[in-house]
Amino acid sequence: MINLNDIMETINMISEENLDIRTVTMGISLLDCAHSDPDVACQKIYDKITRLAGNLVQVAEDIEREYGIPIINKRISVTPIAMIAAASGGNPVQFAKTLQRAADATGVNFIGGYSALVHKGFSAGDEALIRSIPEALSVTNNICSSVNIGSTKAGINMDAVKLMGQIVRETAEITADRDCIGCAKLVVFCNAVEDNPFMAGAFHGVGEPDCVIHVGVSGPGVVQAALKKCPDGDLGQLAEIIKRTAFKITRMGQLVGCEASKRLGVPFGIVDLSLAPTPAVGDSVAHILEEMGLEACGTHGTTAALAMLNDAVKKGGVMASSSVGGLSGAFIPVSEDAGMIASARSGDLELSKLEAMTAVCSVGLDMIVIPGETPAEVISAIIADEAAIGMVNTKTTAVRVIPAIGKKAGEELEFGGLLGSGPIMKVNLTKSPKKFIDRAGRIPAPLQSLKN
Amino acid sequence: MRTVVSVMGKDTVGIISKVSAVCNECNVNILDITQSVLDDIFVMVMLTDISASNCSFADFSDKMMSLGKENCLDIRVMHEDIFNSMHRI
Repeated sequence: MINLNDIMETINMISEENLDIRTVTMGISLLDCAHSDPDVACQKIYDKITRLAGNLVQVAEDIEREYGIPIINKRISVTPIAMIAAASGGNPVQFAKTLQRAADATGVNFIGGYSALVHKGFSAGDEALIRSIPEALSVTNNICSSVNIGSTKAGINMDAVKLMGQIVRETAEITADRDCIGCAKLVVFCNAVEDNPFMAGAFHGVGEPDCVIHVGVSGPGVVQAALKKCPDGDLGQLAEIIKRTAFKITRMGQLVGCEASKRLGVPFGIVDLSLAPTPAVGDSVAHILEEMGLEACGTHGTTAALAMLNDAVKKGGVMASSSVGGLSGAFIPVSEDAGMIASARSGDLELSKLEAMTAVCSVGLDMIVIPGETPAEVISAIIADEAAIGMVNTKTTAVRVIPAIGKKAGEELEFGGLLGSGPIMKVNLTKSPKKFIDRAGRIPAPLQSLKN
Repeated sequence: MRTVVSVMGKDTVGIISKVSAVCNECNVNILDITQSVLDDIFVMVMLTDISASNCSFADFSDKMMSLGKENCLDIRVMHEDIFNSMHRI
């Protein structure tokens, strides 16, 4: 029989340390739904999603119950809608509304994939979709949008960067009456991955199978609790503890993914080894960094601590899963992490430090509330900086900032649920990057791209 | 299917008897029991086989949970594989 201590450890992780499966995400290809008549295309999309994902929520809930492990979100990612909308033309918002209907019918939390991939330039349908994002996110509740504006192979499409600065602002303005929630569902990527199960950036890449199941694990609370038991160990010992913990968390993700795949009759894709925080106490990545010895997240040393954490999570998780993918690493979404919120409120955590942290963690500037007066070109410049970090370091970076329309630094926005609440962080508005952004064009791919 | 029934709470007379009674009622076979009392807290883990059970997994789990509520105990029924996958390579 299994060791009593091992059983108690698992139960304790679930009941006391917020261990959960963050998401089971079904990726669905919509390439066969393209049609010259947008009404026909939308009907095909609705039919395909509801046919394949009709049981997704039920199956996930059954697994949750049998294994006693909470599965927080059930989600769907689809082929970037720009590709499908390109075949039919017309207003892409119609597709967003169709996805919303499919989300309501299947009962999932989110559908991701109102997306466009424009890292080297705009093709048919891309620009129309991007320009429709503010409206699409304001008339839907459960649809997420992402735009890939750069990659190590292609460089950075600065025309798209310029446009996205405006789109982020417009999205905030159009949803200003709902705490600018639209921007919480919009991510701008560099090096976007095709099998990401996490929102808001999930979409189903064109290289993926027709339908696939991905799993995203979580567990910052478990890592923090494990580190707490080693108050005097050196950093090598801490890395070892993180690896062991990540291994266990990932094994659980692998089990749930395989089981969901079997029950749904859909191939299993990947486990995303991310430490995804929530605003709940005891579920914070910032608190792990503080447990490692920092007085507050954001102080000097934070980047080094995060780099070690991120690396140890990957090393521990990679052997535990048959296939690791997605973003895999530590997330640092400010409004979704109790420790980050506290550090941002106290002023210990600034935007510049967050930018440095994104060079060593799995994603980027995430869920950061910025002053409502921030002009579009500054948002574009923030995106460009972040994309440059991703492009040069051959990693995914992203920007999900929320301009708090009508509010200033020091005030707060309240999104509720997993999206949390965020203090408005200070942005450097003294000097303008307008001329740089207005030049547009393309930043050529760096030498790192020439690997062949 | 083999499940692990875990019971935690304040030590009182008759906990094992009550939990076993529910197993009996549901025709669930008990394969192994490990039990200890730490600082007055009762901890028991029971490995059971529910393949010949006369009720579904969900009903068995619900019965155990309500027994837990009535007796101020934390009782959980979980598939054995979750522990195997986490603690065994």
